[in-house]
Amino acid sequence: MFKVFWSVLHRDLLLAMRRRTDVLTTLFFFVIVVSLFPLGVGTEHAVLRVLGPGVVWVAALLASMLALERLFAADYEDGTLEQLLLTGQPLVLLTLAKVTAHWLLTGLPLVLIAPLVGMQYHLSDSAVAVMMVSLFLGTPVLSLIGAIGAALTLGLRGGGILLALLILPLYIPVLVYGAGAVEVGAVAFGEARPYLTLLAAFLVAALALAPFASSAALRISIE
Amino acid sequence: MLQAAKLECRRGDRLLFSGLDLQIDAGTLLHVRGRNGSGKTTLLRTLCGLFTQDAGEVRWKGESIRTLAEDYRSDLLYLGHLNGIKGDLTGVENLRLAATLDGDRIGVDAVWSALGRIGLTGFEDLPTRMLSQGQKKRVALARLILSRAPLWILDEPFTALDVAAVDLLQGLIADHVAAGGLAVLTTHQEVPLTSGQARHLDLGA
Repeated sequence: MFKVFWSVLHRDLLLAMRRRTDVLTTLFFFVIVVSLFPLGVGTEHAVLRVLGPGVVWVAALLASMLALERLFAADYEDGTLEQLLLTGQPLVLLTLAKVTAHWLLTGLPLVLIAPLVGMQYHLSDSAVAVMMVSLFLGTPVLSLIGAIGAALTLGLRGGGILLALLILPLYIPVLVYGAGAVEVGAVAFGEARPYLTLLAAFLVAALALAPFASSAALRISIE
Repeated sequence: MLQAAKLECRRGDRLLFSGLDLQIDAGTLLHVRGRNGSGKTTLLRTLCGLFTQDAGEVRWKGESIRTLAEDYRSDLLYLGHLNGIKGDLTGVENLRLAATLDGDRIGVDAVWSALGRIGLTGFEDLPTRMLSQGQKKRVALARLILSRAPLWILDEPFTALDVAAVDLLQGLIADHVAAGGLAVLTTHQEVPLTSGQARHLDLGA
């Protein structure tokens, strides 16, 4: 079972490595959006500290969504998705592998680049630490929930905008608690613990439920 | 082994077929015929479980394929209009992945020899997007050599193939059926394979 999970994950990472531009666009989009704000609102430290957490999280939501459309679409077009649906393996496992690959390519880079972004907003060390942890817990939730939307809108004309309308409202809790964590984390790391615990709970719930929902959605879309 | 009872399929408002009964036993080839748009592909996809019928049931070894789910799918090999191979992966990588997903442990040597047999010597480790249409089809068909699935469902397997490949494919299907396998296929081409002992099903007649 682990071998199947690994081979699908490996496949998606290998494909991404052969098309590096797709991966880099997400990361650059995130960096550019986040960098535009200090340029727009000025360099007042106090203002940037207030804006920082929200801006970083909104940019993370949009960046994660940018790559969602391609999550299943490429496989749908060349028929490999059909073949994935017809293997003797549980589809939930295959979906989870694809979502994991999506997170490794779009979520994890955001976590790693967060300290650099934090510097632009003059965030304190503890706030940056909280931001990394909150992104680490929150971005997988975005990928998991997003996969449901990507599966539902598969093969639809103008699916991209529909995907945004479907998924962005579902991202709100993650945004609220993610940005909230960074805000209170500015005082001390410990203050953010309740927020981070809630984000962890979201992650566990999404891990348990979302792959089933996306697999069911895939079966409907492939008809 | 594969049975369909009172099958009814619609696409939108259009009724494709209804009350379709079908029984295919081990060692049989079923050739589905019909003009364009008569529902051949829909029937094949329904037999795979990719398309949900409006009425009736498909059974494998006496049990509904909905209940069998993964157990049925591991007995099945479907090749549709889309080749189902990744353009950025090489032929070897594509086939190894397909084999792993089918639950087979297949060594690299077996994959290379399968690609050689299907006539792709020298193209094994090129990204498949650089191959011609017919060569891509051959990569997909190489799965037939590697797979151990007893049921083959092939939608237009002969399109884009040259004469040599058509002969090779006929041989593969004939061997599979002779060894007790089942095959369901559609084709508009006149091939000796479908004129012999094959059974026929005419849609939209």
